[in-house]
Amino acid sequence: MKKLINAVPDVVKEQLEGMAAAHPDLIKVHYEPDYVYRADAPVAGKVAIISGGGSGHEPMHGGFVGMGMLDAACPGAVFTSPTPDQMYEAAQAVNSGAGVLFLVKNYTGDVLNFEMAADMAYAEGIPVQNILIDDDVAVKDSLYTAGRRGVGTTVLVEKIVGAAAEAGYNLEQCADLARKANSYGRSMGMALTSCTVPAAGKPIFEMGDDEMEFGIGIHGEPGQKRMKLIPADELTDMMAKEIIHDKAYSRTVRELVDGQWVDKELVDEPFKRGDKVIAFVNSMGGTPVSELYAVYRKLAEVCAAEGIEIVRNLIGPYITSLEMAGMSITLLKADDEILKFWDAPVKTPGLRWGV
Amino acid sequence: MSTVTKEQVVRWLEATAAVLAANKGYLTDLDSAIGDADHGTNMDRGFKKVMEKLPTVADKDIGNILKTVGMTLISSVGGASGPLYGTFYMRGGMAADAKEELDAGDLINVLQGAVDGIIQRGRAQPGDKTMVDALLPALAALKQAVADGQELPAAVAAAVAAAEQGMKDTIPLQARKGRASYLGERSIGHQDPGATSSHLILNALLGVL
Repeated sequence: MKKLINAVPDVVKEQLEGMAAAHPDLIKVHYEPDYVYRADAPVAGKVAIISGGGSGHEPMHGGFVGMGMLDAACPGAVFTSPTPDQMYEAAQAVNSGAGVLFLVKNYTGDVLNFEMAADMAYAEGIPVQNILIDDDVAVKDSLYTAGRRGVGTTVLVEKIVGAAAEAGYNLEQCADLARKANSYGRSMGMALTSCTVPAAGKPIFEMGDDEMEFGIGIHGEPGQKRMKLIPADELTDMMAKEIIHDKAYSRTVRELVDGQWVDKELVDEPFKRGDKVIAFVNSMGGTPVSELYAVYRKLAEVCAAEGIEIVRNLIGPYITSLEMAGMSITLLKADDEILKFWDAPVKTPGLRWGV
Repeated sequence: MSTVTKEQVVRWLEATAAVLAANKGYLTDLDSAIGDADHGTNMDRGFKKVMEKLPTVADKDIGNILKTVGMTLISSVGGASGPLYGTFYMRGGMAADAKEELDAGDLINVLQGAVDGIIQRGRAQPGDKTMVDALLPALAALKQAVADGQELPAAVAAAVAAAEQGMKDTIPLQARKGRASYLGERSIGHQDPGATSSHLILNALLGVL
């Protein structure tokens, strides 16, 4: 294992210390339990948006804390979901009284821990809602799996809903917008290499020089299938079409309503010709931006041929898997409400415009 | 009349911490085949915390001790196993409220509460390739052995044997819960790490009786 670390147990803590040192105007860090929060939190009258997940996906989520995006982020150990006490104490720290929205990527660990945190917050009288992000089209069915994973759409939903909260949306409106934006987003990822979790000390999986893993999530877990490496154009065409032609997706999610967990049946409608989208080409960490542009070039071509109009884009490493080489593509249907909040100002360590 | 004393419960937890530390690499290897390569590390971290907390509650009743274990795991393990094993010990502890020792009926209630808690939190069914596949057969075997009039060490031995069989039976299963479910058919042929840690935990109990 070749990494810029000191001691394995200190990896997450030293990263947080570095963030706090670099961005004192934007964020503060609380330790034990660990969470990153807005320097000016709680923001009076504003719904607090909180996310979290395993570390190793930087800049997500800690890098998205700040004006117009998240109020707090809870980092777990590398690729391990954070714990309910982190989320609960973060909620207490940033809740202005307008309530807290937990944005939760659909991974079993994240889901279970955020559910426990929501139970704790509700018991303390904090208005709270959990909305799941589950956008990974590599997972075809929800009946025989834990459902679609939360991947690239997470970054876009955090930006969009963060701006809505900043603009004065109440908790229910924020939750509705998050649910809608999630249902409008679809993603697909692939890996050229594995990656090494510091505590494990060796790559999560082995891959030959001429191979790639198609349909991965963001934790280095093996994907949908192993394939021979193909040229960027062919790969981009394949991934874009998996996303654009993905059929309606239905699943049952659990949401907190008046202190009770209730099942809700949600359906994502497929893309159709004439849709406007935000296109997000993301590096898994090891792939350079130059290659992302090569992918974007082909993605734009495929979208045009399919009658999908890209009206905004985001290109770069925003939701990563340590040093893994590979990329993901996300398309998110953009209506006027979503575009307005996408364009709104944001000022965080990892994403900044309009200020 | 055989019972599990409070001292044995404390030794069970100590033995659990030791066996999870010893099997940290093994559990993580199992998890790297079909999950995210952290189960051994996470369980070891959690039970090291439990060992720090244990002296502060060792003089309390068994329910209190087990609930403290649950809370400690919930706040230190993370992943899916944190809430699941946390709930396991919390709900087991609720069934042992104010008890200074557990007779066979009490032990059944503890395991029943613990397993119900895991199923409620994780919503796994038998055959989904999870810890439930080791725990449910163990609970059934414990009940059967007690109903047959067996003394506690023998009844727990039957439960451990059933957990071991259930654990091995996860090998040909296709996962339907957790990260392993994303592998589809590729999850077949691997033993489930959660079922494995569940077997280790029950086997640690047998070791102190």
